Amino acid sequence: MTARTVESVEPHAPPAGRRIARRPNRWNLLGVAAVAYVVLQVASVVTTNENFAWPMIGRYLFAPPILHGIGLTIWLTVVVMLIGVLLGVPLAIMRISGNPLVSGAAWCYVWVFRGTPLLIQVIFWFNISALFPVIHLSIPFGPSLALGSANSLITPLTAAVIALALNEAAYMAETIRGGLLGVDQGQRDAARALGMTGSGVLRMIMPQAMRMIIPPTANNTITTLKNTALVSVIGIADLLHSAQIIYAQNYQTIPLLIVAALWYLALTSLLGIGQNRLERHFGKGARPMAARGRDGR
Amino acid sequence: MTDVMLEVRAVRKSFGHVEVLRGIDLTVPAGNVACIIGPSGSGKSTLLRSVNALESVDAGEIRLGGELIGCTERGTGLVALPEKQTAAQRARMGMVFQRFNLFPHLTALENVMAGPVRVQRRPKDEVRREASDLLDRVGLADRVEYYPAHLSGGQQQRVAIARALAMKPELMLFDEPTSALDPELVGEVLDVMRELARDGMTMLVVTHEMGFAREIADTVTFMDEGVIVEHGTPAEVIDSPRHERTREFCARI
Ligand SMILES: Nc1ncnc2c1ncn2[C@@H]1O[C@H](COP(=O)(O)OP(=O)(O)OP(=O)(O)O)[C@@H](O)[C@H]1O
Ligand SMILES: [Mg+2]
Repeated sequence: MTARTVESVEPHAPPAGRRIARRPNRWNLLGVAAVAYVVLQVASVVTTNENFAWPMIGRYLFAPPILHGIGLTIWLTVVVMLIGVLLGVPLAIMRISGNPLVSGAAWCYVWVFRGTPLLIQVIFWFNISALFPVIHLSIPFGPSLALGSANSLITPLTAAVIALALNEAAYMAETIRGGLLGVDQGQRDAARALGMTGSGVLRMIMPQAMRMIIPPTANNTITTLKNTALVSVIGIADLLHSAQIIYAQNYQTIPLLIVAALWYLALTSLLGIGQNRLERHFGKGARPMAARGRDGR
Repeated sequence: MTDVMLEVRAVRKSFGHVEVLRGIDLTVPAGNVACIIGPSGSGKSTLLRSVNALESVDAGEIRLGGELIGCTERGTGLVALPEKQTAAQRARMGMVFQRFNLFPHLTALENVMAGPVRVQRRPKDEVRREASDLLDRVGLADRVEYYPAHLSGGQQQRVAIARALAMKPELMLFDEPTSALDPELVGEVLDVMRELARDGMTMLVVTHEMGFAREIADTVTFMDEGVIVEHGTPAEVIDSPRHERTREFCARI
């Protein structure tokens, strides 16, 4: 009864405007054709070219040396990121300290370690014994304590960790500095006005800086994971070098490189998923302050 | 004779080559409300920040209850205090900012508790009770668990006032506390400030709310280009200014 009354009040549908059809885009069609051609071509080559040796790839994908190499690659990534962050925090604080000498020193560090190829840094630390045959603990121009020969102290693995971590610290320092600078100056003022000093102020703004630090750090981690492949040049059995050792014996270079590449791709994809999650999580509160002051209750 | 709470003498401050404060003298007796007005860039914020030692001044003296702020006597001159001691002096003054500057990752209650817990190192339970009372006093008893992002501008500024009051300050500094607010939210903040003034709080307020200044202020100071042009009762400065610049400014507001 009531339904009918409503209908009778509004007997006509609102006047519908005539639909406007979209004009097909010639370039779109051309693009689709080009992509289809390339995909089919690649698929035919990959499946028909015997040299890809897919059964070989399948055989080695889970071979113990490869799995061992993956373990080492992951271990290196974790250790390097940890040290990188631990060194990056003080470097970042030095950079934004008002003292020109202190911030200059941090700037210099970042300049050197970001400005030279990582490959050179890896080889450099591996050959450090040529520069310092014996490693000392000393004060400038003062007494020193010999710790041992560089060759025994700096194993290839130590050299790899040092090289990657010192390099990563430079990138982390910049990431952390960006995060700290990104916090509104008013936050620092408010903390200081309450009577907080340097470390207290830092503790107050760190949680806010984290929002801006964490997403690029996830990105740095992906880069570091790929960079660990460079340590294969100093003979560390990481993922890439483990593959190299195998193909040095059986000459199946391409299949084993594909095995390594597939694993790197899997690991970076996993990290990428994690990064997306983090970005979504930390992006939530990141609305600008100005919008906040006025968005009602 | 009333006690002097704040005394500013011949204060000078430059940023690079620009002298922003060019010899400021100002006295605020205990329990008084002193309003500062003046055009943009005249140095009002810089004066307030200097009083709170957020900026270090180049010359002159600032005294809170007779004690030098930010520096100390050495021989015939003055030398800056170590940061720790300056921070302890800042804790004796409450500051309210134009843009509220609440800590976005803390709730209203946690914002109010931050100073007493982290700076004065007082027991949390006791501070929590006081903080709830303060939020109640500024009319936000039902918003204690809200994050700043979920509060209106007026509510945020009232939390900021409560946060400053939690330190039991001897002097409250307000830097244009209502000028970032939508007009309909100005009143609730001014109400809280009016209440504070009635309770005898000493207040130094930079504001363009002439009605508020007329009603609450004991003195009004007009600043321009880093100097004090005119100082007197609200009636004198706002309603019958003696200087041309003051007259122009008040006519524009
Ligand atoms: N940190 C700083 N570095 C350099 N110059 C500054 C700094 N802070 C303020 N100034 C300059 O000092 C002058 C006075 O600024 P101040 O913020 O005290 O003015 P104000 O009277 O508060 O103005 P407004 O009404 O716009 O807030 C301005 O010219 C400003 O550009
Ligand atoms: Mg100002």
